[in-house]
Amino acid sequence: MPTSPQNEFREEVRSWLSDHAPVSLRGVESSKIDGVWGGKKWQFDSADQKRWLELMAGRGWTAPTWPTKYGGGGLTNEQAEILAEELKAHQLPPPLVGFGLTMIGPTLLHFGNEQQKAEHLPKICRGEVRWCQGYSEPGAGSDLASLQTRAVRDGDHFIINGSKIWTSSADQADWIFALVRTDPHARTKQEGITFILIDMESPGVSTRPIKLISGDSPFCETHFVDVRVPEINVVGEVGAGWKIAKALLGHERSMLADILEELSMSTDSQQSRTTLSELAKQHIGEVNGKIRDEVVRNRVAGIEMDAQAFSLTIRRTRDAAEAGQPPGPETSIFKVYGTELSQRRSELMVRILGPQALGWEGPGFDEFDLATTRTWLKSRTETIGGGTSEIQLNVIAKRVLGLPD
Amino acid sequence: MALVLNDEQALIAKTATDFTRDRSPVSRFRDLRDRDEPLGFSRSLYGEMAALGWPGIPFDEEFDGAGLGLTELVLVVEALGRTLAPEPFIGCVGLAGSALALSKDNEHNDVWLKGICRGSKVVALAHQEVPSRYDCLKVETSAKAQEDGFVLNGRKMQVLDAVGADAFIVPAREAGEIPHKDPGLGMSLFLIEAGTPGMTVERQVRIDHRNSAILHLDNVRCEAFQIVGRKGEGAKVLEQALEHATVILCAEMLGGMSEAFSLTLDYMKGREQFGVPIGSFQALKHRAARVFIEIELARSSVMAAARAVDQKSEEAPKLVSLAKARCSDAYILTTNEAVQIFAGMGVTDECDIGLYMKRARASELTFGDADFHRARWATLSGY
Repeated sequence: MPTSPQNEFREEVRSWLSDHAPVSLRGVESSKIDGVWGGKKWQFDSADQKRWLELMAGRGWTAPTWPTKYGGGGLTNEQAEILAEELKAHQLPPPLVGFGLTMIGPTLLHFGNEQQKAEHLPKICRGEVRWCQGYSEPGAGSDLASLQTRAVRDGDHFIINGSKIWTSSADQADWIFALVRTDPHARTKQEGITFILIDMESPGVSTRPIKLISGDSPFCETHFVDVRVPEINVVGEVGAGWKIAKALLGHERSMLADILEELSMSTDSQQSRTTLSELAKQHIGEVNGKIRDEVVRNRVAGIEMDAQAFSLTIRRTRDAAEAGQPPGPETSIFKVYGTELSQRRSELMVRILGPQALGWEGPGFDEFDLATTRTWLKSRTETIGGGTSEIQLNVIAKRVLGLPD
Repeated sequence: MALVLNDEQALIAKTATDFTRDRSPVSRFRDLRDRDEPLGFSRSLYGEMAALGWPGIPFDEEFDGAGLGLTELVLVVEALGRTLAPEPFIGCVGLAGSALALSKDNEHNDVWLKGICRGSKVVALAHQEVPSRYDCLKVETSAKAQEDGFVLNGRKMQVLDAVGADAFIVPAREAGEIPHKDPGLGMSLFLIEAGTPGMTVERQVRIDHRNSAILHLDNVRCEAFQIVGRKGEGAKVLEQALEHATVILCAEMLGGMSEAFSLTLDYMKGREQFGVPIGSFQALKHRAARVFIEIELARSSVMAAARAVDQKSEEAPKLVSLAKARCSDAYILTTNEAVQIFAGMGVTDECDIGLYMKRARASELTFGDADFHRARWATLSGY
């Protein structure tokens, strides 16, 4: 192998991982363990999990491309990719996940002032602070800009009153980045919104988990009653928060990456690894190696083919990116198609299981039956969160197809 | 092979798109149809396309081809599909050309594949019969052995590019009836020149007004040298040729749906009702966005199928079925939605959308529709 800076870096990563990565974590599928989300309330599964985070954070490799002065690794994108590849090759889980690394961190790097960066970024890198996102409100879902949570100036503080909803894991988080209304009389509803950082331990902040149809509680309601937040926690200009939120929401690359990651995570679960055809043969029967029921057979093939066409489209985007071409219009379809495909797959699995898919808990249903049913119920959130399918279709119609408002 | 065009491929696509827009707008196809031109295409324009090297793109340089692959040919055929250019790329280049190339029969190829590459010869492959539907092995045409050759009897339906063709490749078998266990057994491909006694070409008029005919074979005498490839081993060549032609047809469909969609979007932006462009209505926006999604997925599938065939990948048969299933569903969806959005205008003969809708249906029901290819995918996947 010719010696190049890239190869040298790869060698360095390899030998460091071989020497340092805890043996107990190697070969563990990332889907089998929850990622480490960090924060004050975080309970590590094992001492090795904690040590792994500390070791990686020590090198700045929890946030490989962030500047070293903020606790990052200072790596180039190319080096970060090599690091990711080597982690995968060693079958090592990421040391840390969460909104700090993927959302507020990049936002502060772009829009934050020096004080904010120095205060918050190192804690994110070390996994000391867990962040959640306060965007949606009971009265502001798809129409996010109509949000009503008020922030009223009081000297060098803002007094915040209002409610956020669908705040993921707010009950586990230490800080929240939120959109609040600082000027209710602004010319448009987008103006007068401010992007602000709030310590969840501030007096007047409370959270309540929301129980979903699947039985899970991944989201909370978060209430603010006369919460005092120092002015220095405003990111960017007062009244210019919408621009920041949009940059964060519409950051196409990270959105794409998130979705690709989500898809690869969902394909790792047992429910998606089980082939539909095997399940159908098992539950419906087979004749000469074929699924007995022609209609089900056609449906199974339909879903498999849709999945294949979808993954080819993702590949097309990646290949184009690697060839140095800008992302094409096909990237806009990923959220809507990927989530609907996942739902259709879940629906078909439930239908194939038949009455065995009706179990909530208890006798008569095995673990697989129950998990399949819960997966179907959970899948209903996919076309709602992060922009409903209808909003996605609006975006395609406007930005890609150029249709008028 | 990456699912992205390199510079050379992008240039091929651009040349083809410029040429068809300039020399073959939809009005040319409409004119051919209105004149009830039996050939259905223009031999002189086809000659110009041949001068650009298009028919020979996937074939060996030894036979005056370009030595490229379907990956490149689909770019040209997509451009043809955009303007409904009816030149014989599906039947002659796709079916007959592929069958000749796959047979590796140099004696025939020196004349006929060369002729196809140069655009000087049109050859049709007559595989479809009344009972065969989409199963190319259901061939009842018989080739009874005689002392110095064979006598063929049978009838072939909807033979593409048959009217005015210079020669026909005819699948037939000595036994006459279809062997139950191995339906491909004993099939040979006979190359028969136009004008051979006993063979008549009866033009068929279809909804898409493409060149199509019934081929009647009444005691047609053939000699042994007229067999393309090896005697009794035609089934494999035919099946593979059909896969190649299917990918080429998919490319045409991709072009057709892309253009029909683009016409629809233009209409949505220009047509006003209730004082606003109809494209501002969410009910129509969402339908347009869904059509867009289906076209993007179809495009990825066609690119992947063409590359898989070129690389002789094991996945090729499945990817060909994927492409045809998607293109069939997407082209029908696109043109059905287009007619609905064009509304009253959409159902008039004057509006081009109807031409695309009819071609969409004809393409869907050629070489297997989406249901057929989903079942084929299932079989190939072992369920």
